[in-house]
Amino acid sequence: MTRIESRLHVPEVPARPGEEPDFSYVRISPAGAVPRPPIGVAVRETVPLAEDLIRVLDDEGAAIGPWDPKLPPDTLRAGLREMLLTRVFDDRMQRTQRQGRISFYVRSWGEEAVSVAAAHALRTGDMLFPSYRNQGLFIGRGTPVLDLMCQLLSNTRDMCKGRQLPVMYHDATRRLFSISGNLATQYPQAVGWAMAAAIKGEDHIAAAWVGEGSTAEADFHHAMLFAKVYRAPVVLNVVNNQWAISTFQGYAGGEQRSFAARGPGLGLAGLRVDGNDFLAVYAATAWAAERARAGHGATLIEHVTYRAGAHSTSDDPSRYRPKDEFPAWPLGDPVERLKKHLIGLGEWDDTRHAALLAELETEVAAAWKQAMSFGTNNDGARLDPALMFDDVFKVLPPHLEAQRAELEAELAAARDAGAAT
Amino acid sequence: MTAMSMVQALNSAMEVMLARDPRVVILGEDVGYFGGVFRATEGLQSRYGAHRVIDTPIAEGGIVGAAIGMAANGLRPVAEIQFADYIYPAYDQIVSELARMRYRSAAAFTAPVTIRTPCGGGIRGGQTHSQSPEGVFAHVSGLKVVMPSNPYDAKGMLIAAIEDDDPVIFFEPKRLYNGPFDGDPHKAAESWAGHPMGDVPEGHYTVPIGKAAVVRAGNAVTVVTYGTMVHVCLAAVADLGLDAEVVDVRSMVPLDIDTLAASVAKTGRCLIAHEATRFGGYGAELSASLQERCFWHLQAPIQRVAGWDTPYPHAFEWEYFPGRLRVRRALEALMQVSA
Ligand SMILES: Cc1ncc(C[n+]2csc(CCOP(=O)(O)OP(=O)(O)O)c2C)c(N)n1
Ligand SMILES: [Mg+2]
Repeated sequence: MTRIESRLHVPEVPARPGEEPDFSYVRISPAGAVPRPPIGVAVRETVPLAEDLIRVLDDEGAAIGPWDPKLPPDTLRAGLREMLLTRVFDDRMQRTQRQGRISFYVRSWGEEAVSVAAAHALRTGDMLFPSYRNQGLFIGRGTPVLDLMCQLLSNTRDMCKGRQLPVMYHDATRRLFSISGNLATQYPQAVGWAMAAAIKGEDHIAAAWVGEGSTAEADFHHAMLFAKVYRAPVVLNVVNNQWAISTFQGYAGGEQRSFAARGPGLGLAGLRVDGNDFLAVYAATAWAAERARAGHGATLIEHVTYRAGAHSTSDDPSRYRPKDEFPAWPLGDPVERLKKHLIGLGEWDDTRHAALLAELETEVAAAWKQAMSFGTNNDGARLDPALMFDDVFKVLPPHLEAQRAELEAELAAARDAGAAT
Repeated sequence: MTAMSMVQALNSAMEVMLARDPRVVILGEDVGYFGGVFRATEGLQSRYGAHRVIDTPIAEGGIVGAAIGMAANGLRPVAEIQFADYIYPAYDQIVSELARMRYRSAAAFTAPVTIRTPCGGGIRGGQTHSQSPEGVFAHVSGLKVVMPSNPYDAKGMLIAAIEDDDPVIFFEPKRLYNGPFDGDPHKAAESWAGHPMGDVPEGHYTVPIGKAAVVRAGNAVTVVTYGTMVHVCLAAVADLGLDAEVVDVRSMVPLDIDTLAASVAKTGRCLIAHEATRFGGYGAELSASLQERCFWHLQAPIQRVAGWDTPYPHAFEWEYFPGRLRVRRALEALMQVSA
């Protein structure tokens, strides 16, 4: 057999299981160091903003520099509460999955600021296109965790009527689009939504999120091009949490060039932001939203963060990355950083924090109990299986009507036989 | 012979081919260091290197497009699409390019690419981890389309696919990866150990593409099926104590119509069963082809059992899945018809 001497470049993962975590590849600017241009700035002026890292909170928890959004303490406390609620909810749902109550779950541990801060920076009329790891957008917009839980359980109060895998939520009244399991598909849809807003003369904008791994899909590029060509009022977010499933961001093209740099590369403004800094995410989102609303076009925001947990409950990250990388992550924990900032302002303390945590845990436990009362995977009330035929079309066509009747006959036969095999 | 699960048999097929043929490369999402989300490529990168077992960006169109280019430049790529539900971004590359490269260039360029992809339901995966799109590809001229139902066939057919000079879409019923499945979700999961088709040679062998297999001989009725449904149909036939012949299609394109038609001509009755949706599905092709060949032998109209014509609903998996009861009811009805 001939030996092939390959000259292919294969991205080298910084650290594998058993090795020391290595985040030396993450380029970090000091807090406050990156300038904040006016919202109407030319795209090419944003090139440095797409390579540097916009940060507001310094290591001591002080807010510094031109990007400080100077939010009132009430907003900061609300943000802290929602990030913490997201985390408590995630932990609880992770455990229920382990107990077999739900079939699947995805936590957003370590990335809570990316979603919650954006929910605060955008207006309620703006349309959001979340990925499966943006539960903080729902919580930030006020979707009750009870509603999310009922979806996870596919129970009688499930907004998706049992048709979707857990976490594929939507909330039409709060303007959160239906989540797809197919990566990046919602990106061009968000641009189209924004184009429609522009066509209709409205000042709503759209915002969409994908993981850095998903930027590889063609839909990501279609979205940027349409946004650029029509100057669509949209904010396009890339959540760079360093990992897809087992492949690190180098496999999505993150080596040597930031994801944000693809914005200016395609003619959109680009911002690279400390995704674990609530204030920086808020400020960057607000800047991009204002720019879009004023007709200056779309912005690509890269949120630099870290996926602290497994990809999903089906994943075991100890197979492909060092255990306990999160403590070594140089941008810290978003909840801890906002907490420290509030304490530094004299607007928060450890006692209040502990009380808040206890309150949220009680709230989530109570919601879970209530959600279970509407049925679970394994017992209690169930949705009528015949519902699976609804909404394939607006009006049930004859062949589906016939199949529904067949299913009902089959279920009756199963009941008669006393077995549902 | 070694006892292997279907995942291990597929792994073994790729290992055999990586060792034998330096042109063989594996590429796909998470297939390298991690060994694939279903572990089908486990250990291959550590043995054959990151230049032959290649982790790719999450871009199915890119994976297939690159595989076509590699094949055109002399390699034998085996591309994995993580779930058949995620194959659609590659649809244009597959339909407009892969399927027609030989034809449009009068064989000046060819693309011997194998695309492996897990399909089918039964794992609570909801609409984005459960689909069976074989019919969508069988309809495209220039693609071979296959689906094994057991470890022995899986290994032999995958080696045959990699050695084939034409593109092969290789569907793997994921519910069968670790054991046969007779359609009863309440039973403890079975393993392939002890199953006759779980006994797999360690070395090189092929199971030819284009050949169906009679997995149970009988005279009263022919059940034509493939994938997970082979096991479901065998169980349904056993439930009823029917003298049925069960034929595993294995290869949708090319189709071994002779084996199928011989069976139907013999029994005079035919039930076609697949997991995929019914309308315009592959079962319609089977039904039409068999009717053309066997019309004068038939004692009853050919019937089909399939998934309902809806997306695959998460909460109603077992009401959606064409399980044993649905197969039994169809068989009972079919046996009552007299010409
Ligand atoms: C089109 C498509 N291909 C593959 C998958 C399988 N898949 C689900 S999530 C995922 C990784 C995504 O990583 P990233 O975009 O970085 O998002 P993260 O999970 O880190 O938030 C993959 C490969 C999918 N859902 N859709
Ligand atoms: Mg990621």
